[in-house]
Amino acid sequence: MAKFTAKPAELLKIDFKTPKTDWMDTPVNIREHMYCHPAKAKDLEVVDFPNIHEWRPVDENWNLPENWKEIVLNGIKERLQKYRSFHVFMDICVRCGACADKCHFYLGTGDPKNMPVLRAELLRSVYRKYFTTGGKIFGKTAGARELTEDVLKELWYYFYQCTECRRCSVFCPYGIDTAEITMMGRELTNLLGLQLGWIAGPVANCYMKGNHLGLEPHTVKSNIEFMIDDIETITGIRVNPTFNRKGAEILFVTPSGDLFGVPGVYTAMGYLMLFHELGLDYTWSTYASEGGNFGFFTSNEMAKRLNYKIYAEAKRLGVKWILGGECGHMWRVLHQYMDTWNGPADFLEVPKSPITGTVFENAKSLKMIHVIEFAADLIKHGKLKLDPSRNDHLKVTFHDSCNIARGMGMFEEPRYVIKNVCNHFYEMPENTIREKTFCCGSGTGLNASENMELRMRGGLPRANAVKYVRDRYGVNTVANICAIDRATLQASMDYWVPGTAVAGIHELIGNALVMKGEKERTQDLRLEPLPGKEGVE
Amino acid sequence: MSSLQSIRSLNELLLEKKQAILEKWFDSVLETYPHDSAKFLKRQKDQFANPVGSTIYRGMGSLLDLIVNSADADNITKSLDEIIRIRAIQDFTPSHALAFVVDLKRVVREEIKGETCASQLIDELPEFDRRVDGLLLLSFDIYMKCREKIYELKANELRNMTSKLVERANRIFEAKYRNVDLEDIISQGNKTERGE
Ligand code: SF4
Ligand code: SF4
Repeated sequence: MAKFTAKPAELLKIDFKTPKTDWMDTPVNIREHMYCHPAKAKDLEVVDFPNIHEWRPVDENWNLPENWKEIVLNGIKERLQKYRSFHVFMDICVRCGACADKCHFYLGTGDPKNMPVLRAELLRSVYRKYFTTGGKIFGKTAGARELTEDVLKELWYYFYQCTECRRCSVFCPYGIDTAEITMMGRELTNLLGLQLGWIAGPVANCYMKGNHLGLEPHTVKSNIEFMIDDIETITGIRVNPTFNRKGAEILFVTPSGDLFGVPGVYTAMGYLMLFHELGLDYTWSTYASEGGNFGFFTSNEMAKRLNYKIYAEAKRLGVKWILGGECGHMWRVLHQYMDTWNGPADFLEVPKSPITGTVFENAKSLKMIHVIEFAADLIKHGKLKLDPSRNDHLKVTFHDSCNIARGMGMFEEPRYVIKNVCNHFYEMPENTIREKTFCCGSGTGLNASENMELRMRGGLPRANAVKYVRDRYGVNTVANICAIDRATLQASMDYWVPGTAVAGIHELIGNALVMKGEKERTQDLRLEPLPGKEGVE
Repeated sequence: MSSLQSIRSLNELLLEKKQAILEKWFDSVLETYPHDSAKFLKRQKDQFANPVGSTIYRGMGSLLDLIVNSADADNITKSLDEIIRIRAIQDFTPSHALAFVVDLKRVVREEIKGETCASQLIDELPEFDRRVDGLLLLSFDIYMKCREKIYELKANELRNMTSKLVERANRIFEAKYRNVDLEDIISQGNKTERGE
């Protein structure tokens, strides 16, 4: 018989008060369901990440290399010299607290170390100790602390509880971007081989096969052919995209999530239908088969390396410009980094819509535009025949993806498109949309399933706003233009706002688009009956 | 009949002191969060800027109303669910997550203490406690459902990632074997295995 050892006094203890301790004196408590599994050695080897070793986050001993401290401190030093912004962000925070309650992870966890100011302070305190005179002399009183294994664990734990969404930076009077501090923090963890499997796997796949999912050329093609069959079932029209076609005018690059999972594939069907209807001279590539870039969640160098293929493929195929699918982080990487990393792409032309003649001056140097800009321009010029009533079964709200909205300021195009293809559109509250949008809670490679609790906590602020429009207006669909949203928001909705679906905007376009010669539609892109067509086969 | 009447008098007191009870009860749940965060969870009233604090506060308020009005289990479940759904995925053990329910007994007793009619009200407490116990039992069910949901989400995500693949495999299989009797295939396979 099991021995019952608890003392009566302990049994009666139902006082769960949390003790008051200063953050520096509160040791990190690494909990399951809050982190992603470590990377597999083989995935790290593929791209030559250093210090590959076996370790588990909950273990006492992380099997760190002997000189781990030196590696980290040198890593900080190098980055302080290389990135001026990092150096400035380490110095200028006045701890005003304006950012403190703006992070979705803080709001969902209530853990002070998820306050952006404190997240940064975790690293800043180490910086002070080793790189500032005040910190060296006054130590703790100057907010400085030794870099110990426990501190390292804490850095790791909390930099992988930040989705680099930059919401905090909107509220900082100094424009301090905690996302950039997280990026630096993550780079440091990479130097010690402390990478996540969910990031390292896609990185290795992307390096070897061209996309995160590791789809080989024939699989990319056959997945799209499968969508073509479904489109034919729905519309009676057989669309015929081309692959790796030299001399096409446009190269189309989208996140590989659109080729595989639900509801991403419905978005991809929307692209296929739209481009077919326009008679667009475009090609898919089975090599540059990934617009996203999980390398961005490891290091600047890795992101650059994985990005290289896009311009290279455009050059090989001899296209004039590049069109990008619905994605968030992909768009931030392409829009803000590709040109300086792997450009200038002088061999390309400034994107010009062959249908409307619009020249996208905003992409003068980049030579690539987002498909939602392209679609909005088409609608603005009246080039699409649309029947929004086919989306009447959907009451739609729009989730601004952090990277596109806050990162790039693209607010109007998606809304304009939705309003033209749907009759029922409702905005979420003002302090949860546009530049103040809340992250889905699963970005930056945190979209694994083993960290589902973290994702649910981080997803709560967004879901809470969706719940509001559901209760008020009966909203049943969250539209977005991001592959990670399409892959991850569904789980958050199922937990917090059951009965709410997630859809890419091109799925909604595909439903509404009246195609030349199509049969009478009875099904939407999910092969579900259209409103009023229930029971019609 | 007489017991119902006496309950009403405790109810009256609960109604009258609802705000004070709610604040105390809410404070006690806030104490389970780190000190710095408790202040924020209490202070920030905007429901979108503070989903955890505002949802719990709202949920507790409606629970108090429902208890007083002896509402049915469905309505009570709805309000409890809002609170527990949050606490079930935060850093709490199950007992820690649900302790707030039992704590209502303490809060109400403290409020009664100073009342002139306290002794009469104390007679009614067993009935009140019974209702709180009922809440606690409902809470177990809700908590378990939330936890089960987390596991279900993991499975669903995998399914969403592969459902199209499975569907396609099925279609290919169907197209290939549409006019073939499966029995034939199996018996053919068996023959091959046996080397016939
Ligand atoms: S970037 Fe986003 S996730 Fe990271 S600290 Fe800021 S608000 Fe939080
Ligand atoms: S808002 Fe800016 S200056 Fe103020 S605490 Fe946050 S990071 Fe520091």
